[in-house]
Amino acid sequence: MASKVVYSPRDPMLKKRDDFEDVLEERRRSSDLRYALRCYTPVLYKGLTPCKASELKTMVLGSDQLHYVVNQVSRESGVSVDEVQAEASVILEEMAQRLQLSTIRFFAFTLSKVFKAMFRSICVNEEGLQRLQQVIQEHPVVLLPSHRSYMDFLLMSYILYTYDLPLPVIAAGMDFMGMKVVGEMLRMSGAFFIRRSFGGDKLYWAVFSEYVKTMLRNGFAPLEFFLEGTRSRTAKSLTPKLGLLNIAMDPFLKGEVFDVSLVPVSISYERVLEETLYARELLGVPKPKESTSGLFKARRVLSEDYGSIHVYFGPPVSVRSLAEGRVNRSQFSLVPRHIPMRPSEDVHGFVNDAAYRLVRAQEDNMVLKPWVLLASLLLQNQAAGKNQGVPLGELIQQAVWLRDLCRQFGAFLHWPDHVPPSEVVSSSLSLHSGLVRVSEDRVFLALEQGFLTAEEELLSQAVVVLSCASYRNQVLHVFLRPALLASAIHTASSSQKRKAPPPLSWLRFPLLTRVCDFEEACYLLTKSGALHVNQHEVLATERGHRTLAFLTGVLDPFLQGYQVRLVCRFLCEDATEALTERRFVPAVREFIIKHLLKGRLRYPEVLSSDLQRNALAALLRLGAVQKVQGCVCFAHLYVLHMDAFPF
Amino acid sequence: MASSSCGGGSDRQMAAQHRLSIIAGHLQRPSGSNTAILAAECKAQASKPFVSSERRTVPRRRQEIMKWNGWGYSDSKFVYNKKGQAEFTGRRYKLSGMIIPGLKDWMENTFGATLQHKTTATPALNSSAVPPPTLNEAFMEELKSTGIPFSADAEDRVFRAHGHCLHEIFALREGKIGRVPDMVVWPNCHNDVVKIVELACKHNVCLIPYGGGTSVSSALECPPEESRSIVSLDTSQMNRILWIDEKNLTAHVEAGIIGQDLENLLNESGYCTGHEPDSMEFSSLGGWVATRASGMKKNIYGNIEDLVIHIKMVTPQGVIEKSCQGPRMSTGPDIHHFIMGSEGTLGVITEVTMKIRPVPEYQKYGSVVFPNFEQGVACLREVARQRCAPASIRLMDNEQFKFGHALKPQVSSIFTSFLDGLKKFYITKFKGFDPNRLCVATLLFEGDREKVLQHEKQVYDIAAKFGGLAAGEDNGQRGYMLTFVIAYLRDLGMDYYVIGESFETSVPWDRVLDICRNVKARIVYECKDKGVQFPPLSTCRVTQTYDAGACVYFYFAFNYRGLGDPVHVYEQVEHAAREEILANGGSLSHHHGALRLSALLSGTDAVANVWPGSW
Repeated sequence: MASKVVYSPRDPMLKKRDDFEDVLEERRRSSDLRYALRCYTPVLYKGLTPCKASELKTMVLGSDQLHYVVNQVSRESGVSVDEVQAEASVILEEMAQRLQLSTIRFFAFTLSKVFKAMFRSICVNEEGLQRLQQVIQEHPVVLLPSHRSYMDFLLMSYILYTYDLPLPVIAAGMDFMGMKVVGEMLRMSGAFFIRRSFGGDKLYWAVFSEYVKTMLRNGFAPLEFFLEGTRSRTAKSLTPKLGLLNIAMDPFLKGEVFDVSLVPVSISYERVLEETLYARELLGVPKPKESTSGLFKARRVLSEDYGSIHVYFGPPVSVRSLAEGRVNRSQFSLVPRHIPMRPSEDVHGFVNDAAYRLVRAQEDNMVLKPWVLLASLLLQNQAAGKNQGVPLGELIQQAVWLRDLCRQFGAFLHWPDHVPPSEVVSSSLSLHSGLVRVSEDRVFLALEQGFLTAEEELLSQAVVVLSCASYRNQVLHVFLRPALLASAIHTASSSQKRKAPPPLSWLRFPLLTRVCDFEEACYLLTKSGALHVNQHEVLATERGHRTLAFLTGVLDPFLQGYQVRLVCRFLCEDATEALTERRFVPAVREFIIKHLLKGRLRYPEVLSSDLQRNALAALLRLGAVQKVQGCVCFAHLYVLHMDAFPF
Repeated sequence: MASSSCGGGSDRQMAAQHRLSIIAGHLQRPSGSNTAILAAECKAQASKPFVSSERRTVPRRRQEIMKWNGWGYSDSKFVYNKKGQAEFTGRRYKLSGMIIPGLKDWMENTFGATLQHKTTATPALNSSAVPPPTLNEAFMEELKSTGIPFSADAEDRVFRAHGHCLHEIFALREGKIGRVPDMVVWPNCHNDVVKIVELACKHNVCLIPYGGGTSVSSALECPPEESRSIVSLDTSQMNRILWIDEKNLTAHVEAGIIGQDLENLLNESGYCTGHEPDSMEFSSLGGWVATRASGMKKNIYGNIEDLVIHIKMVTPQGVIEKSCQGPRMSTGPDIHHFIMGSEGTLGVITEVTMKIRPVPEYQKYGSVVFPNFEQGVACLREVARQRCAPASIRLMDNEQFKFGHALKPQVSSIFTSFLDGLKKFYITKFKGFDPNRLCVATLLFEGDREKVLQHEKQVYDIAAKFGGLAAGEDNGQRGYMLTFVIAYLRDLGMDYYVIGESFETSVPWDRVLDICRNVKARIVYECKDKGVQFPPLSTCRVTQTYDAGACVYFYFAFNYRGLGDPVHVYEQVEHAAREEILANGGSLSHHHGALRLSALLSGTDAVANVWPGSW
């Protein structure tokens, strides 16, 4: 039952990774039709109360939980109980899934065709699926895949069907409902639809949470949702959303089930379907509305090569063991369980920590492709010089060096060892021919030129850079902690201009405030031979310079983006009055474009709205900026303080 | 609790049996010398007792009839005979002398406990292993002058050094004896107790009250670090009914009387208390009061707190009692409510006035089979909602149903076995009950013949709504009888590497199913986690119904072959199970008492010169 939250140094050589199996291999050899019509008998939860999707609705509408809220809403609004109940019924109708085997079989057939056309392989760790098969029988299961593409949940269901596992019910955003036929088909394959925001709507929340909990308690099917809430446009993990996780843990906390198993799933794409789409979105082109016709227009993607997909089913995490010693469950025994309660402070903290842990588990098991390393190298190169490109030989040599570094840092790198590095590199480059160009043995980013205005050119180039960056970001979690330390060392030694190496305590400030993060960073850098750490100080070794320089370079665009000088200066110089939140991003973007064109900023990446939002959130957290009725104000008191930051 | 004609007595009986078995174990085995006992008349008692104190079940020398390291009477136990069949020895019980053909297979299938793997308990108490007594000479001198009998004999002392917790019995079987009382005194009446407590205060001596010795809360354990002389105050000789008041239907009884004697004596006058905890064969009135006991027929007669009218308790500060016997008063907090549940920490209960009732005209057992536990619980809840519980109503889960089945004695006639087969066929094949899911409720009705029959119909009608099928009187009666022998079964288990115990809780209705499932699952989980090599028996039953909730009993046992420190593992698992109970909104105890467990809650401590005791 003991859970090990303590940091344990990860060593790739010691940690055995599961082997992967290509799902498509079998598909290419045998009939898709037979596959779609084969006998499907998944293992079931031992405590399953067998019921149909329609019975679920009856159970939800008849539940004490819902009755309580219906009565409450009726009292508060003066609408009759029957009307509120009818409203609840409508909400449920709009939300509920109608899982049907025939639809699944249809998808099994069509997706087989589609996947074979688009992907070279879909690799799955079978051991993970075996573990999943076991826990499915024991406890209600929650599947938590990473979210990088629309493909994610189709892929999940496809794999589970292939391995004869129960198909999940999937929490999907309401926007899919806009796609008429497809929305209904998704519904019949197990998706249920929730509104993006329903903050104050008690009734909606009650129907929704009771619906999810009923499915979980009865073991109707594994529950699947995305911790990050939405697709990450940058390939970085997003701040986890706690709402659904809270709901999923509730049956355990209230003793309605013995345990709930959370299974983080990491899905990594060699080439993401939506890569340039994301980049445009980050630059301010709004995302196209989901529509069926849009989907058909997008069918040209079918003829392209998207490389391989790796899906890693992580080890199941027991909510019971997570909660052991953290949550006093008897707090739930003093109020009838059907009365909705705000989670207490400790429960909230617990769910929050669990969410971050799960996201990190997703990151750790994310398979990295060689292209990810190439993208990192090319971006650094791009920033260093103009766009002169790198000689192919040099790139290969750098990639091999970086590959070894990654492995030392414990990255889950999928680099085919039996193939010569030159082939690995050129195959990656050709897969991403939209982003890179090779001519005369030099490798360039595919930046177009010859636009009317400099601004247009900048934006078009930024699309390519941001796309590349989204691949580089995949490896970020591996480098993040050492890179923070490397940057701190770099800043300390250059700005302080003192001979004595900086003391340990100083280096931890301000970014590596958690001891375990700092220790992990030290451990990794020492292991790779870049640092020498003794009791009081940290020394860079001779051969460590290359590593440290690379790591600093990885972080550089972010630091520049975050720099007080950027957002802060913007707020100081341009924002003479308070800004509404919606106007913030476009205003900052304009400001940045101005500075980029003048050459004061180096990285087009800083145009990313993601970066700007994060920076704003950080400033809010630090108290440098205040939110007043939806407007952003600068708290002037903090100006000096902010400037004193080392970056 | 309303004592209408409805009631839930069957739960009670099981509990009563359990308790009885615990008590019997305590009572067991004194064999040594009974020196220095002066049979002094209790001069203080002015009036002659209403009922004489001859014919008492438990003698002063418990060793004469009780086991020293197991439950109950020395002559009654489960053994495997030469043919390898289980048999219950002795003549005291209905089951005595019978062969139980299914038990061996059940033991093997449930625990993996086979005849080949037998443990041997230390055969007899080795007096030299008992640490020499720390005697307080001055106390002894003055005690002698009072004429109250006492003894420092090793056997007497060891007998009063333990209750019936698993670790206590396990240690005895291994011949391990820790700190035991240095002396035993047998007061004969209230005034004797007053004298003893006075002397103890004067000479700085610890007292541990001892009644029936059936404690399962470690209340009898002597603190090992205690350097003062510890005196066990055995109330077993204070066992008279002092008077019966037929106008008010009350009886005034000395607190040392044990349950079966109290009932038998009252029956002679046509009365009963109706308080029947499972341990009533051996537990004492004082103990019931001190632990807030509950009897299986509480639905008609009430729990101990409903039955008690007046209590006399001797404390180091003097005697405490109410000044009248009114049925209810509004004069500040009720002093009875800190006496009940004090578990011997505050004083020695010496005399109790209890409600009595005329012996019921008619008794009828019954049983109902449900397709699953959920339906059974729903039925009990409905019965409680309509406030029509019979004297006793208990619901066993599937594992316990199977266990009860395994304990069926050999049937003599082909006809009976044919009938059994037919019943089984009807339920499983015709009615489609899954033998691995069905569960049984046992019932006991009491009262006027006519009312009982009417009541019975009402309950069966409710049961039918939840898919319950009437399953006959025999099954019901056997269910209740078995509760009295179940405690003996633990001793058999221990002979074959199986250890186990039960614990109970009370819980609101809406959590009954959840707590049953989660605690059972937690036990299985923890056993696996702690390296237990065999799957444990983890089972429960709902034994009492209330308006707002129910009492749930858990049984847990496992085969400990391959474990280094089985008792420690047992305790870890039990601790985890109790933690689970608390996490699921259950109470730490419904009626066993919780002295040893209170650390789980906050941590109370025993006070002053009087140590926790067991009765």
